[in-house]
Amino acid sequence: MDRKVMTDRELYRRSIEYRIRLLRYIRMANAGHTGGSLSCVDILNVLYNRILNVTPENFSDPHRDRYVQSKGHSVEALYVVLADKGFFPESELETLCRYESHYVGHPTRKINGIEQNTGALGHGLAFSVGVALSAKMDGAAYKVYTLLGDGELAEGSNWESMLTAAHYNLDNLTAIIDRNNLQITGRTEDVCSLEPLADKFEAFGWSVRTIDGHDITAITDVLSAVPFNVGKPGMVIANTVKGKGISFMENDHKWHHGVPDDEQYDQAQRELDALLAEQES
Amino acid sequence: MTFAAGRELGKANLDVFSETLLSLAIENRNVLAVTSDSRGSGKLMPFAANLPDRLIEVGIAEQNLVGVAAGLASTGKIVYAVSPASFLSARALEQIKNDVCYSDRPVKLIGISAGVSYGALGSTHHATHDLAALRAIQNISIVAPADNFETAEAIQAAAQMASPVYIRFGKRPMYHLHGPQAEFVIGKSMIVREGTDVTFIATGETVYHALMAAEAMEADGLSCRVISMHTVKPLDIEAVLLAASETRAIVTVEEHSICGGLGEACAGVLMQAGLSVPFKIVGLPDEYTVTGSQVEIFEHYGISAEGLARTARELLSQ
Repeated sequence: MDRKVMTDRELYRRSIEYRIRLLRYIRMANAGHTGGSLSCVDILNVLYNRILNVTPENFSDPHRDRYVQSKGHSVEALYVVLADKGFFPESELETLCRYESHYVGHPTRKINGIEQNTGALGHGLAFSVGVALSAKMDGAAYKVYTLLGDGELAEGSNWESMLTAAHYNLDNLTAIIDRNNLQITGRTEDVCSLEPLADKFEAFGWSVRTIDGHDITAITDVLSAVPFNVGKPGMVIANTVKGKGISFMENDHKWHHGVPDDEQYDQAQRELDALLAEQES
Repeated sequence: MTFAAGRELGKANLDVFSETLLSLAIENRNVLAVTSDSRGSGKLMPFAANLPDRLIEVGIAEQNLVGVAAGLASTGKIVYAVSPASFLSARALEQIKNDVCYSDRPVKLIGISAGVSYGALGSTHHATHDLAALRAIQNISIVAPADNFETAEAIQAAAQMASPVYIRFGKRPMYHLHGPQAEFVIGKSMIVREGTDVTFIATGETVYHALMAAEAMEADGLSCRVISMHTVKPLDIEAVLLAASETRAIVTVEEHSICGGLGEACAGVLMQAGLSVPFKIVGLPDEYTVTGSQVEIFEHYGISAEGLARTARELLSQ
């Protein structure tokens, strides 16, 4: 990681631009997972701009790092970040969810830069465990990162995979929880309580860190410190805000897959433009 | 009922799988076995003893088994995910659908103790749905080998396959069905016996029962063809069409529910080709099976020499 290549300030600006773009394509498609894309986009920003040694040029290199998006529904955030990194022309996102488009509403390997088809929940962690195990078997140095939603943690398969990761001492694996506290029905703690989450991960043998998932510096620091403990898989609880950056979307589960109408879209743009102007001043 | 001269009882297909996988793994360090507390029932103790670092144990967690196998396969490993067919094809069905097939990870899914191999352990342990469930999933080959030769060939062929495959078999010793000239190709059925009156299209461990029925019927002057349709998907359509045009009736036989398996696959081929011959699907009816051993369950539902011969004679008399 080289902070000199892109300063924190530049990354903050980029996060706002990513938000503007993902809203644009959700609006064009009239479909998308708006709230969760806005909550995880700062994490993806740091991963792709500072942490992962993944580029369009090395994407078939077996020694590249791996990023697996288990919360596949937030694909719009991933698409705009991958386009920005040059995996495909951003203009292709104008076809998002259109008839015969490759840009489906969940990640697929038909899109350059995407490691695994996800979307059904509770799948990304097991796949990532398999990749991390392979790296350990081969003595390879690459690292594996996976992003899970908090609502997704009710899927029992995640806890099966957590056992396996700890059993095999996969300290080359880092899971990040987009802890926005909301799922499609409402608050995670009302739907099916997750807390005390950090204690549960610790009890499963993981090394846990809790951060502000919108703080570029904090995300960078924690992901640069992998492995947190030699011999233990790492878990980052990233406290986030669903709908982050758009006042009327924040912390409202109705924006899980809500699409802004014309008026809402204009207001969202104004708010993000104001944030950009603030960054520049 | 005596078996025709020249046919010898071999090993369980399970044993052949275990030996074949071990020799593949000795030859190629990329070959891995992944198990869900199933190394014993998968006869993988010799593999574990010889190549302990190449057997990945995930505990009793079939969803995890298949997801982890997909991740390993994504890095170029040649991965055999081994678990009882019942749990592998039901508990982990979504992982098979998404992590393996949709994501095009060439995992070799090995369903041990398939069909009603677990006998009196009951329906929780029976895999009588797996062919139907997996047939409706894209990008997977489904193979049920009938004897030791087919099993060894299928396990070896799987190692070379760039797309997902499911191979299911049982644990009882099987008779050798093929001569030294036999050639095994996934997707291409094998004629075990030629005939002109009726064709048995059978798969997996039912093939030898069909062969015994054919030999019994020969005494009545009836000539029966027996096909080992080891690959249920992609189905050898040409062999099904030839059976309809060259023989007078077809009996399909499978250790599986009559819903959605080999029989309905063959019926679909014939209907869409506009071919109508007397036709009967023999398998397990749409009910929880009677208690008993595999052989007792087979006999109860007519998957036996006597039962299949009776079914074939009835069809020919129509």
